[in-house]
Amino acid sequence: MDKLYSLTAHRLKELLDKRETTPSSILDEVFKRIEEIDHKVKAVVLPNKSAALSQAGSAKNTGKLYGIPVLIKDNICVKGEATTCASRILENFKPPYDATVIKKLKTAGAILIGKANMDEFAFGSSCETSCYGPTRNPWDLDRIPGGSSGGSASAVAADETILALGSDTGGSIRQPASLCGVVGLKPTYGRVSRYGLIAFASSLDQIGPITKDVKDAATLLGVIAGYDEMDSTCVDLPVPDYTKALSKDVKGMKIGVPKEYFVKGIDSQVESGIRNAIKVYRDLGAEVLDISLPHTEYAVSTYYIVAPAEASSNLARFDGVQYGLRDLESRDIIDMYIKTRSKGFGNEAKRRILLGTYCLSSGYYDAYYLKAQKVRTKIRGDFENAFKLCDCIITPTTPTPAFKLGEKVSDPLSMYLSDVCTIPANLAGLPAISIPCGFSSNGLPIGMQILARPFAEEDIFRAAYAFEQNTDFHRKRPAL
Amino acid sequence: MKQIDENTVKHVAYLSRLALDEKELKAYSSQLTSILSYIDKLNEIDTKDTLPTTHVLPSLKNVFRKDILRPSLPVDDVLENAPSKDGRFFKVPQIIEGK
Repeated sequence: MDKLYSLTAHRLKELLDKRETTPSSILDEVFKRIEEIDHKVKAVVLPNKSAALSQAGSAKNTGKLYGIPVLIKDNICVKGEATTCASRILENFKPPYDATVIKKLKTAGAILIGKANMDEFAFGSSCETSCYGPTRNPWDLDRIPGGSSGGSASAVAADETILALGSDTGGSIRQPASLCGVVGLKPTYGRVSRYGLIAFASSLDQIGPITKDVKDAATLLGVIAGYDEMDSTCVDLPVPDYTKALSKDVKGMKIGVPKEYFVKGIDSQVESGIRNAIKVYRDLGAEVLDISLPHTEYAVSTYYIVAPAEASSNLARFDGVQYGLRDLESRDIIDMYIKTRSKGFGNEAKRRILLGTYCLSSGYYDAYYLKAQKVRTKIRGDFENAFKLCDCIITPTTPTPAFKLGEKVSDPLSMYLSDVCTIPANLAGLPAISIPCGFSSNGLPIGMQILARPFAEEDIFRAAYAFEQNTDFHRKRPAL
Repeated sequence: MKQIDENTVKHVAYLSRLALDEKELKAYSSQLTSILSYIDKLNEIDTKDTLPTTHVLPSLKNVFRKDILRPSLPVDDVLENAPSKDGRFFKVPQIIEGK
């Protein structure tokens, strides 16, 4: 029989319902797996075995995620457990409250096994800016897992957890899911409460699932989605049973393929992976249309004004007063702020704070921030027009498969450009998933992105599930 | 092309409450220059008649809640994380001039 840690949540649920296994046995296996391989992958930064064991011991078979281990990205607050955003400035921070998604997971019977590595404050596309050191890609340990939710994606791919939560501001769930060969969904802006998510860019951030298959993503989204009075951007719409949208049938579904995503810079093997996927959809009876999203090439520029500007404002709260690091030698309060922040933030965090502060500073606000917000309107308009013609849009998730560790560290602009395919969904607030759709000649996963209209996650699940059930890319696991 | 010189970086760093050494000033000056010159691409687009997007939700409005007494986080739990405290308060270096 397959090891319990290698199974999906829905398969484990069957075993649990038939009393063929117990939450404690699943957890035992998962922690054994972490102890065996995490020294290679380095995805789990703050495991919490004792809390998990006591949860598993007392779990009652009622919730949708009863007995299922979940790994949490380290920027989501779990009451009483270290939550650090992989930054020195938050070392030893133990939140006095649970994020709303954590409350929902606990109510659903899930077992929280610890925290996943990430780029510091989610600033990065490679998981190399973490204060704990980089996470590795389980398919090739010399390569990055993607970021910023690199620990979450890598751990799911390496079978160190059954499910994981990530957060996505410019692709931070989808890009690592793609590079690690797993499923990652960024829900519609407003679908999932961000209460307790340590803010990066408030007009873009969303929490979402990273899982081994589409069905698990649908189940996990169903658990974490929904209105929350603690987040004023959380939308009060009913949460459907997303698993009901999982049909193998995409007959008549209109799928748009935007030409702007197949230009120079896209790796030829990534392109052929997506072209093959398009053929699968045609064979299944979907109608494939060529569409255009003319402002695509401006998305990265827009994002790298809007996101750092909002980040520089959000990160002003890390001043050494209420929590985290403080420089204790300071003479006065300004000196304390400066010394604390200079010591506590890493290079990429400083770079984004500087960039954002510059774009918001007097005399530059109109030229940068306001201009970017206007171009953002154009990018949204592109999608509004496209969705008059089609139900879903298919693109590559990333322009290339996983790159080598260290390859882009000293060139921030080339790192930023690796998010070119994922950023538009955040700017437009749309839901988007990445699912495995192939492998490169050297065995690295290739991901396909599927986008849909706001709050039309069901269309995404339908398209993603149909593809998955007719292919077997999602069944491959890295040899570790 | 717009040059973000080291003095500009120093000024922005002060606004951001960050202190940078000579090496960092140099590195950030050249990196910010190259990032901002890439971003200049946006000026190719005519946005004269375009409204800015501050958020994507069509129905976002200010949310008020009823003014009902309910428990806050326990003070002791919140102060648990304080780098320095005095009784029920966060303690910081002197803010107001004088003795």
